[in-house]
Amino acid sequence: MYGKGLKTLSIATVAMLALSLSLVFFYAPLETDQGFIQKIFYLHVPLAMTALVGFVVGGVFAIAHLRTNNRKWDAYSYVAIHISIIFGVGVLITGAIWAKASWGHWWVWEEPTLVSFLIVFLLYATYYPFRYAIEDRDRQARYASVFAVTAGAFVPLNFLAVRMAQSLVHPRVFATSEGGLPGSMLLTFLCCLAAIALLWVTLVKFELTAKSASGQVKRLRRALDAPAAGSGSRIAPEVS
Amino acid sequence: MPLPLGAPALPLHEAGKYVAGAYIVFVVLLVVYVGIMAAKLQRIEREMSEIATIAEQRKEEKDEVSA
Amino acid sequence: MTPSRVAFAAILAKDLRAELRTLQSLPAMALFSVTAFVIFRFGLDRTSLSGSLAAGVLWATLLFAGVLGINRLFVAEREEGGFDAIRLAPIDRTVLFAAKVAALIVYLLALELVAVPIFALFFLDEAAGLGPLVLILLLTDLGLAVTGTLISSMAVNSRARDLLVPLVLLPLAVPLMIAATGATEHLLALGGPSYHRFGTWLTVLGLYDLIFGLVGYAVFDFLLED
Repeated sequence: MYGKGLKTLSIATVAMLALSLSLVFFYAPLETDQGFIQKIFYLHVPLAMTALVGFVVGGVFAIAHLRTNNRKWDAYSYVAIHISIIFGVGVLITGAIWAKASWGHWWVWEEPTLVSFLIVFLLYATYYPFRYAIEDRDRQARYASVFAVTAGAFVPLNFLAVRMAQSLVHPRVFATSEGGLPGSMLLTFLCCLAAIALLWVTLVKFELTAKSASGQVKRLRRALDAPAAGSGSRIAPEVS
Repeated sequence: MPLPLGAPALPLHEAGKYVAGAYIVFVVLLVVYVGIMAAKLQRIEREMSEIATIAEQRKEEKDEVSA
Repeated sequence: MTPSRVAFAAILAKDLRAELRTLQSLPAMALFSVTAFVIFRFGLDRTSLSGSLAAGVLWATLLFAGVLGINRLFVAEREEGGFDAIRLAPIDRTVLFAAKVAALIVYLLALELVAVPIFALFFLDEAAGLGPLVLILLLTDLGLAVTGTLISSMAVNSRARDLLVPLVLLPLAVPLMIAATGATEHLLALGGPSYHRFGTWLTVLGLYDLIFGLVGYAVFDFLLED
């Protein structure tokens, strides 16, 4: 049962988010270079780190699926990637807002982390058209897992390549996200990171529970010999 | 909180809009997600009620037959 | 089990012979490249290129031509039922993977044999940078071949496969392009080839080839079960 523990998890997430937001706006000191704009980091960077780890986790689930052939791992992989993509949209939009506030442009190529995130996002955005183009359910699950593994391996490589491409003349714009953070900022950052990570786990569990519920409905229908009318438009991964 | 002299940052009332914008985007994404899940929940509720009706009908038929 | 080397050679030979017989993709890829060069000449309004512009034009063209051709290798095979025959044969799947990758590398090299000299003819003032370029070409081709084989093997069974392969392959190819253009822009620099950060780019290319080679080796089995 996927819903077990979901309530506790949500409460923990809300508490953590409330704590983090309070720290961001009432505790963390104002940064000298960027001023108030720097507060965006506490949202943008945790979202980015969580999304990236989420993609790699999706790849790990995919490996489990390929090795055990248990369909539930495929569903886990699908949902992990799904939530990470949504977080990814948040990363790109908050990144653009930050760029506009700092540099006056809605996009900057000078920030390697943002650029490599864009590329990773572009790759994972192809996950859905790729997945739904395969009609056979077994094959769809298997190929999607191969995709997730390949894409998971791609993430670190891509970051390396983009980082290398940065000319050493351009200053790293996200300098504050590197080491050298004063203690109070570091504490705030870590709380935000924990909150966003908890949020990711909660949403994944939430979506798996919903999928499971749909799966139980289908199971009931089958047991009663009462198939649904006009269903089965896309063969999405199921959980039951 | 006064900004240090010479800081290239935007004035607070300007910067505030961007920071608010970023956090608003976060909230909006979250709520949109909740909305999508709500739609799924609605569908599940509808199907469950259909199934409940079917099960009740079957029970009636069975009671009639055995009566 | 058929000994691996024999199987490898057999599959590779079959693919190459098939292409030679029909000559579908190679001339098309070459023609595409030359036309693309012409478009760039007018699009950029330049008659001679060097440095980063030269690298960009050359690699963008090679990439798009390569991606166009990659599909054909698998589509033609599937349509002729070759895939099924191979799956039934007692060959180690890894050998099949290696053979497909090798065939793709040969295709890409053949394309470059035509496209690069023509590029030099059209746009370059001196050819000194072309020698070391061969090394970059080889490593990049290997990377493209590995990911290309992986993706096309999966897409071949789906609808909209013509769209799917470029869609998925292009983001995957970005690190290759970053490294290849990074090295090439210095090789084709105005004052003569320079090897600025050549080692770095070679390492990135090598790392890419290694990692995706391993990934391909590990997962290819799963692509052929049915």
